[in-house]
Amino acid sequence: MSLDCGVFHTRYESDMGLRPRPLQRIRLGVFALFVLVFPFVASPYWLDLANQVAIATVGAIGLNILVGYTGQISLGQGAFMAIGAYTAGLLTLNFGVPWGASVFAACLVTAAAGTFFGLPSLRLKGLYLAIATLAAQEIVEWGMTHWTAVTGGTEAIVLPAPVLFGIRLNSNFNFYWLAVLTAAGTALFAANLLRSRIGRAFEAVRDQDVAASVIGVDVFRTKLLAFATSSFFVGLAGAMIAFHRNIITWERFTLSTSIVFLAMIIVGGLGSIRGSFLGAALIALLPAMITNVGRAIQDTAPQAASLLPYAQQAVFGIVIILFLIFEPRGLSKLWENAKDYFHVWPFAYRRGETRTG
Amino acid sequence: MDIFLQLTVSGLSTGMIYALAAAGFVVIYKASDVINFAQGDLLLLGTYLIFFGVAQVGLPWSLGVLVTLLLAVAVALAVERLVLRPLVGEPIISMIMVTIGLSSVLRGVTGAIWGPNPRSFDSFLPAGDIVLGPATLSAGRVLSIPIALAVLAGLGLFFRHTRDGIAMRAIADDQQAALSMGISIPRVFGVAWGLAAVSAALGGIMLAGIVGVSPNVASIGLRVFPVVILGGLDSIAGAVLGGAVIGLLEVYVGFYVGHGLNLVVPYVVLVLVLMVRPYGLFGKEVIERV
Repeated sequence: MSLDCGVFHTRYESDMGLRPRPLQRIRLGVFALFVLVFPFVASPYWLDLANQVAIATVGAIGLNILVGYTGQISLGQGAFMAIGAYTAGLLTLNFGVPWGASVFAACLVTAAAGTFFGLPSLRLKGLYLAIATLAAQEIVEWGMTHWTAVTGGTEAIVLPAPVLFGIRLNSNFNFYWLAVLTAAGTALFAANLLRSRIGRAFEAVRDQDVAASVIGVDVFRTKLLAFATSSFFVGLAGAMIAFHRNIITWERFTLSTSIVFLAMIIVGGLGSIRGSFLGAALIALLPAMITNVGRAIQDTAPQAASLLPYAQQAVFGIVIILFLIFEPRGLSKLWENAKDYFHVWPFAYRRGETRTG
Repeated sequence: MDIFLQLTVSGLSTGMIYALAAAGFVVIYKASDVINFAQGDLLLLGTYLIFFGVAQVGLPWSLGVLVTLLLAVAVALAVERLVLRPLVGEPIISMIMVTIGLSSVLRGVTGAIWGPNPRSFDSFLPAGDIVLGPATLSAGRVLSIPIALAVLAGLGLFFRHTRDGIAMRAIADDQQAALSMGISIPRVFGVAWGLAAVSAALGGIMLAGIVGVSPNVASIGLRVFPVVILGGLDSIAGAVLGGAVIGLLEVYVGFYVGHGLNLVVPYVVLVLVLMVRPYGLFGKEVIERV
């Protein structure tokens, strides 16, 4: 946690607070107000996108706990989301479990699966772990499409819409509240977890695992805990996707899903809750933005429509590359830079000004 | 028995294309420690470039191959200079993601130019069949095996005997020591990407001859991982053996076991190898010292 310049804490509560400064609370309040008002003014199209962003935020925070905070690279995000989605869906459909209970069960099952796939992290590090999780992704993907008795193979599974307090969450407007609450709860939990003893252990393992074990962190146990916690939320995101669309298809949980989520946390900022949200928003909205640009230029360039999917793919890649080269710490860092600039405005130190000699 | 022979030839020819892709992967990993997730897309680029040169422009085969190789090398050098060079020394996750981004860009660009539909054109590999006792083998596939082996042997000799090859091994061994001996690291990285592009483009050219041109070619990029993990991440010979084993395993399992298991069996092998012998058959065992 970074210390702000010019801020002096005089009480322990403010030192430990997540958002100790009044300005931070005001910003959070404004954002909360926006979130509350948004569904009443937004079109169904934007509401749908907002729901996607909220669910993606849950998944991105989950992945960030593993990759950003604990430094374990996983290409198996899609597989874990699939486990969450299929567990929740099949429990509800085949055994009549209430949807809330089946979502929770899905989180637990995914956490268990994540712990299992985390076992190789005892021996494997860095790129070897990345390749092992890639293999896990491919194997789960194969299981989804070929284990027809359970998953229905390539056929889609259709789910009933969830009901909350007697309200059927069958529209994007109704589902919005569930999605936003889940995302906010996940963010709050993660923020608190990461300043706890466990969260510090995660970061210690990421930064230097040998040093961490010297100061008494059980590295293997910590890694497994990171896999479990991360997968819990990833499974939650998968289950939410299932109930948002009321349909489960294997195409949603392929290796490209894993890559999209990795892109979210890279673009947003590794090891940052705010970054998980910003990255999820940018990457989830990117295809929609490009589609809109394509529609706008349709009259002048009629071929644009057929090129859209390729443009989306290429821009996705370019965004990742540009962020890695120019701002490896992502949108979160950009936001902090902007804040710091205004924090000391108009006395900001600018590079080059001292070279007046 | 004839079926078995046909399967073997088909598996070996696929395996050799895996090996060509894997060899490029190994060269880049050896020189710069970069895991190249865009290797399959370099292969894809190779198939489309040869299609462009031969079928669309109408170049003769020899010239088409030459142009393909030159263009592929040009793309690889540009990628190395513009994308990889700024990231030297960044964590592994950055390296992985930047090549994934690259793969996405390459796929988008080739898709925008050549569209989603498979294309076919006259192969330079002979189209006929070779009848060998009871078995009928596709001549193109049979011929592709020695060609790939020759290229891979060339790569191996390059590493052993040329100045750049030795420089590359020196850098792989100890970057700082190599630097202090006056080896130019940027040059070696450039050569590595150039070689990887050549190897992938040749694989792509043969693939274009054997199965035609389609966007699905890029999926071979993922098959590279079982191959290199089995063979050892930093061994060309390992890439050849790994390619052969994975290629054969796929066709045998596909034919004798079925159920689509051939799609997943390379990854099962990958997991087993990682558990038992993570550095592969011929890879260098890394001992971590603190």
